[in-house]
Amino acid sequence: MNDQMIAGDSVAGANQKTYWTRKRREQWAGWIFIAPEVVGLIVLSLFPLISSLVLSFTEWNLVGGLSAIRFIGLDNFVQLFKDDHFILALKNNVWFTVGTVPLTMLIGIVLAALIHKKLYAKTYFKVAFFIPYICSTVAIAAVWQALYHPSKGPLNQMLMDMGMSNPPRWLVDTSFSLIAIMVIYIWQVLGYQIIIFLAGMSNIPEELYEAARIDGATGIQQFRRITVPLLGPTIFFLAITSTISSFKVFDLIKFLTNGGPNYASTVIVYQIYEEGFERFKMGYASAMSWALFLMILLVTSITWISQNRKVHY
Amino acid sequence: MILTRIKTSKLILTVFFAALSVFFLLPLFWMLSAAAKTERDVWTFPIQWIPKEWNLVENFKAVWLGDVSFGLFYMNSIKIAAISTLATILISSMAGYALSKLEFKGRGFVFSLMLAFMMIPEQATLVPRYIMIKEIGLYDTHTALILMGIFSSYISFLLRQFMAGIHNDLLEAAELDGAGFFRVFWNVMLPLSKPILATVGIIKFIWTWNDYQGPLIMLNSTKLFTIPLGMQFFQEEFGTRIAVMMMASVAAIVPLIVLFLLLQKQVINGIAIGGVKG
Repeated sequence: MNDQMIAGDSVAGANQKTYWTRKRREQWAGWIFIAPEVVGLIVLSLFPLISSLVLSFTEWNLVGGLSAIRFIGLDNFVQLFKDDHFILALKNNVWFTVGTVPLTMLIGIVLAALIHKKLYAKTYFKVAFFIPYICSTVAIAAVWQALYHPSKGPLNQMLMDMGMSNPPRWLVDTSFSLIAIMVIYIWQVLGYQIIIFLAGMSNIPEELYEAARIDGATGIQQFRRITVPLLGPTIFFLAITSTISSFKVFDLIKFLTNGGPNYASTVIVYQIYEEGFERFKMGYASAMSWALFLMILLVTSITWISQNRKVHY
Repeated sequence: MILTRIKTSKLILTVFFAALSVFFLLPLFWMLSAAAKTERDVWTFPIQWIPKEWNLVENFKAVWLGDVSFGLFYMNSIKIAAISTLATILISSMAGYALSKLEFKGRGFVFSLMLAFMMIPEQATLVPRYIMIKEIGLYDTHTALILMGIFSSYISFLLRQFMAGIHNDLLEAAELDGAGFFRVFWNVMLPLSKPILATVGIIKFIWTWNDYQGPLIMLNSTKLFTIPLGMQFFQEEFGTRIAVMMMASVAAIVPLIVLFLLLQKQVINGIAIGGVKG
């Protein structure tokens, strides 16, 4: 009995000394190092995402305070499908993606291929095409706003000089405002696409091109048979990420048109802003946020699944 | 000898593309020239690329020395971008170190969680974030913006990928010399990660500098505005004075262009890493 106690004591003592083994210290260090990021992301990203879902089942005007929250089930989501502005925003988002993503990718890959193989001063071209991408969108928007001025802007003065008597009124024209914004957007993101394509191209082994040249393949044949297929993963990556970023377009629209004229250039993120931060309809804005999130999730999962089947690395 | 190796076809194509790139950048040249003109000459057509009548000083004064000065917006932007960048780098590199070099229970789970976090679009969380910030009394403060910006699963992921490539021998050598995990992180890991830290830092700085949506939602007082909000303020004040607006645009863009030209390699590499591996 006594012996056992003594033995037990000594084991406990040894345990205390050896408690901070390397393994345990590493265990603790791991959690301490990861903690700030994980806690931050949970509090500022995951928790808001879930709260947003909860809020989407409520009607709540922020002005009324917390006591004004009322659960209304799926009404917000039903309302979404009856909301002309939301439907228009959804359509505009789709048009925006269809009109910008394939076009920028096409121009981007061709320009990148030429810069990669056929031009001197590669660095200059990378930098030149990339400059709009790093510029503040709002400052760029201010410049284009002037360029697009209906009567005095250089663009329309040029069109009138070329004999067009009634050029589009761009940002203030219901049928052209979205297109005008798409043009700026393409101009801004083209450099990004070129950089990503160039990075992908630098991973293609030069021997493949040499072998093709020996076999007498032309530049265009090399592009179609070597560059494009081997860039599969890059093309795929850009297709997803550009689609997602085109869903999120906001800065240009807020600064240039406020979604107008007459909602002609509104998009979902702009509608979230308008309902949530101008009308303070927090529940409804949250329902829209979740609609956006689900759409992005859908795009990502569809492409993930198809990636696992089709893209060969 | 060297000259003969230059291919004529390649040279012609390069010259053609140089012209194309100038055309591509015309909006920015137009901005520069308009910033130096009188209001009347801004609209003259054909465009006077070199101003006939210079109005640089007047426009400059309107932007920098008015009642509300661009200088104020500048200080705010520098403060927020600098603090956010440093804090993000610290937090994300700690996470990167833990995920790449430390063995702890649940690491795999945390790593998949971080990947999942990358899928959450900021826009889907704006409303609750705004309410939270209001509830804890941080609405209309710079702290709110900084808090919103410093946790990035994407940047942590990039750092983790880089750090995973650092040889364990180097870390073990430091441990044999008696360094604990904190010393190893600070004295070995961070110095070895300098290239990626520079890259991620400059990219984060550019993003924060250009962010419009965050300040638009979180700020209300003009004296706290960052440059993008300042631009909007100028648009409301000087909507018809395009030369002044262009001077403001120059002010918003030029520091970043200079920074980019100095560090273009880091920026472009960073974008490329994110794109190819992300």
